Amino acid sequence: MSMIVDTMKPLDDVDRGGKATALLSVRGMVKHFGSNSGLLGRTKTVVRAVDGIDFDVIKGETLGIVGESGCGKSTTARLIMQIIKPDQGDILFDGEAVGSPALSLNGFRKQTQMIFQDSYASLNPRLTVEDTIAFGPRVQGMSNKAAVAQAHDLLRRVGLEPSRFAGCYPHEISGGQRQRVNIARGLAVGPRLLILDEAVSALDKSVEAQVLNLLLDLKEEFGLTYIFISHDLNVVRFMSDRVMVMYLGKVAELGPSESIFENPRHPYTQALLASMPSMDPDNRTQEAPITGDPPNPINPPPGCRFHTRCKYVTSLCANAEPALYDVGGGHEAACHLANPNSGHPRLAAA
Amino acid sequence: MSDLLVDVKKLTVDFGSGAKTVRAVAGVDLSLAKGETVALLGESGSGKSVTLRALMRLHPKSARIGGSVEVDGRDVLKLPPAELAAFRGRTVAMIFQDPGLAFDPVYKVGDQIAEAVKRHDRSSMAEGRKRALELFERVRIPSPERRLDNYPHEMSGGMRQRAMIALALACRPKVLLADEPTTALDATVQIQVLLLLRELQRELGLGVIFVTHDIGVAVEVADRIAVMYGGRIVEMGSCATVIRTPAHPYTKGLLTSRAGHSVAKGSRLVAIPGAPPDLANLPPGCAFAPRCEIASEPCRQVIPPPVDLGPGHFACCLKATPATIQAAAPQSAVA
Repeated sequence: MSMIVDTMKPLDDVDRGGKATALLSVRGMVKHFGSNSGLLGRTKTVVRAVDGIDFDVIKGETLGIVGESGCGKSTTARLIMQIIKPDQGDILFDGEAVGSPALSLNGFRKQTQMIFQDSYASLNPRLTVEDTIAFGPRVQGMSNKAAVAQAHDLLRRVGLEPSRFAGCYPHEISGGQRQRVNIARGLAVGPRLLILDEAVSALDKSVEAQVLNLLLDLKEEFGLTYIFISHDLNVVRFMSDRVMVMYLGKVAELGPSESIFENPRHPYTQALLASMPSMDPDNRTQEAPITGDPPNPINPPPGCRFHTRCKYVTSLCANAEPALYDVGGGHEAACHLANPNSGHPRLAAA
Repeated sequence: MSDLLVDVKKLTVDFGSGAKTVRAVAGVDLSLAKGETVALLGESGSGKSVTLRALMRLHPKSARIGGSVEVDGRDVLKLPPAELAAFRGRTVAMIFQDPGLAFDPVYKVGDQIAEAVKRHDRSSMAEGRKRALELFERVRIPSPERRLDNYPHEMSGGMRQRAMIALALACRPKVLLADEPTTALDATVQIQVLLLLRELQRELGLGVIFVTHDIGVAVEVADRIAVMYGGRIVEMGSCATVIRTPAHPYTKGLLTSRAGHSVAKGSRLVAIPGAPPDLANLPPGCAFAPRCEIASEPCRQVIPPPVDLGPGHFACCLKATPATIQAAAPQSAVA
């Protein structure tokens, strides 16, 4: 910990809410994207990208977010960063509402940084690696000399030798190296929360493992908290303390990583896990756990959003939307089957 | 005529010219028997897709192909244009990673399939439509009759991939080439498409060459796995052999660097150091030597020949001997 004091603010000074306060709390977040379609654009269609989600990110943990395309996981990341504005809902960072007098948007963004999937598109092609990393601190008033010194220090910490890489432009280095630069740039403003949106998905498998190891090292070294978004369940399991499963703009299941992977309670999570390749040539998957594609978020089904693909569906599921129910140990599932009082016929039969 | 469908010998593919020449494939030997599925496993730039495309001569004219490529007893590299056009689709068909790009956006999907049937079978458009409907049912597209009149953008990703499989099978090919067909799909859809491909392969007796970067996917579909690195096949064997007793350090590295549930929380993955090689600037010896923990001086000088490790299993590594697999002690190889 002492190593970071020279360039970074000591953590204890900025930890306003104390250990018990969640680092990030999201409450009732909604984002609908409207578009006009049909003849002459007169039909209004609404994509319910994120449709009322609540979750906390505890200090020092890694919260994994999984789900298929269109489930709202990337929109959630962008809403937290305020890259797009939520229609409704509150974001609290360490107990303070983002955008309130106590915590300005700028103040929030110094403490929260995001790493994107496309390592090339997220770097300015006309800035050298060194300038890229020093850019943010300079804007925030750090002297040029200090910003460059810090950039070199960060390059070393992400495993890139400054004498070789500081003067490079993004197109001159490999994808794995570029993603390391993105990570260094994120760390340059001294954040407490890092949002990693499919940050390793575009990398080759042999390089992916290196970057995952680096992320684990940096988390310990800088005392970071991660939101780790990925479609790769193996990677999420390896990285995360808790996992949130999303389906069509809603939270389907949320809980400790081991509990979610060993004992999934939502039929969607069960199907998602069963869809993973078996890695056993003598015991291959024989039957697809669910059929069909995820429905379109433009017109999500009423009731439980998963009921159109669920094998336990009843009329209850089509009519009443299940709320997240705590099944114990901080493990919550939004399924009528998880709640003994829901009146789902299968519960009575059991 | 044996039941060998594909016989590739010493295949090389070069792009560019002069000092900028890139040898994307540097001597690949590959065979495929009737009813067999071979997975080409490798990272970006390993030459897996280029190898696949060479089987149909899909490369731009500037590419120079060397070696020999025989498919169903015919020398693909010597086919004149008219015969090549008849050969593509009829003998060999390909499905791609992005079905959105493989279909023409301004024609109905059903008509595109019917057109292919009409062209190859010299049948009428109506007969083509009938065959298209049959195929849509075969690949289990729901309400197939209605879906034939869809434009590609009206279908979801998984359904478009099914439609592309239908298109590929339209002229009853003997060999199906699949280039990362499930990479762009969601997990729950990916497994459906993999199972469909496996079922079609079995029922139609197809030979399938399946290109992927995902070991998990390869294990689900393949009888044999060929691991590619730097434009060469560095290890090949039956699916179970390659997964359980990998002999090449690269294959071993790929398996140990996978984040699976067997990896303890908080521990670090055993990663392969370094980055995949630059094809324009390959090292003189083994392409993997700069990243290899057990590489020694000879590895940096000679390109390792295949070492026979048992029935159908070989690895191109100077350190690989049948004994090192059984001993399973990497240290012994260093001495």
